[in-house]
Amino acid sequence: MSILREIAQSLEQGDEEGVGVLVRKALDERHAPLAILHDGLMAGMDVVGLRFRDRDIFLPDVLMAARAMQVGVDLLEPLLSRDGMPVAGRVVIGTVHGDMHDIGKNLVGIMLRCAGFDVIDLGTDVRPERFVDAAQEQEASVIGLSALLTTTMPVMKEVVALVRARGLDARVKVIVGGAPVSEAWAREIGADGYGYDAANAVERVRALMVPRA
Amino acid sequence: MRRVVTWSAGASAPARSDVLILQGLPPGADPTPRIAALYDSALAVYRETAEPRAVVASISPEAFRDVYHGDGRNASRTPLETIAPGARQLALFVATIGERVTHRIQDLFDGNMPALAAMLDSVASAAVDRLTSLLGSGVDSGVVATNDEARAEDWRTLAYSPGYCGWHVSGQRALFAFLRPEEIGVTVRASALMEPLKSVSGVLVTGPRKIHRFAPAFPFCADCPERPCRERIAALSNAAGET
Repeated sequence: MSILREIAQSLEQGDEEGVGVLVRKALDERHAPLAILHDGLMAGMDVVGLRFRDRDIFLPDVLMAARAMQVGVDLLEPLLSRDGMPVAGRVVIGTVHGDMHDIGKNLVGIMLRCAGFDVIDLGTDVRPERFVDAAQEQEASVIGLSALLTTTMPVMKEVVALVRARGLDARVKVIVGGAPVSEAWAREIGADGYGYDAANAVERVRALMVPRA
Repeated sequence: MRRVVTWSAGASAPARSDVLILQGLPPGADPTPRIAALYDSALAVYRETAEPRAVVASISPEAFRDVYHGDGRNASRTPLETIAPGARQLALFVATIGERVTHRIQDLFDGNMPALAAMLDSVASAAVDRLTSLLGSGVDSGVVATNDEARAEDWRTLAYSPGYCGWHVSGQRALFAFLRPEEIGVTVRASALMEPLKSVSGVLVTGPRKIHRFAPAFPFCADCPERPCRERIAALSNAAGET
């Protein structure tokens, strides 16, 4: 078995120590850092995502794999930084104003990073202007909004409206999620997508990525 | 009567099966050794950091009617409107496991330990549910019948909370005004969010088993995909040996 396949398998098992050892070994064997990232770590994470989607593994397994992925990325990042880490896209995420719940938002952030996205996490209790300002300043393609309260869900609508008011809706897409949020709610407020869990949010964000001019 | 209740962290620790369901494992699933070890670690952190406490107070049906009305934003028809008048005892409650667990969860996320952070979050959520059960059992709260007393009368105590079953979440404000849970460190924001986050509020309704039964066919039931009321109502029937 190739060492890159071993890295992928080790990551699938959430074996962070094993991933660390194998990535170092692969570097010693002169494998290109980018190949280790793509064909080892990300290949393993892709399998984890599929198995999670199919309910073959569960959230703790995914998060242990995410931790292992980070161990590997930390080793590769200094070597890749000359050309920059390859980025699937940039996403601004946060929990909307009035709401302090962040577990779901944090999980989405972890999953997006594992899928190669550059994630700007604004935290909790974030006002609409801050979401849109950050997306503009950081040239993000997607804004991800989380809410766990029916009383704070309307803030999502304000963000969508603000994106439109600033004429950004062609290049900045808005995806929403959280326990009381639904596909119907996303449609009602004019959001571009709805993620029912962290893994699904990654799929939806991928589909929403707009190539920048 | 109004009481402040405190528990040890161990007394509020939830069952592993309840936690694992929150982590997405199917009910009854046997966790892998790695997941079981993760749960053990999270439970140990919970025991170090949790400060479970509650405030609970009896309330008359008339006073509860005012609290329940709140800001007047409840659904036009709700189950509790018909359940509460049939109650023999009503008690408002707010319970929390404190701030320290929430801070620890964030620290773990910040320290790139997401699996342990998420498991601890589930332990904390299940623990808050357990506090509601402990209060409802009557032994700790002292304001509703104990389970034994309730069974002798064929009564049951169930909890209902703002934000569910047509009781608008803005009802937190009236509930807080009556109960003053600031004494145990729980506050409510304008958005009706309670802080600490891992807190729960509601009313304990004790009365004949049959009053808790209702058909989940209210307009708002369409927005409630999980419908946990079904499980609660089924449990009432099972306890009586009904089918």
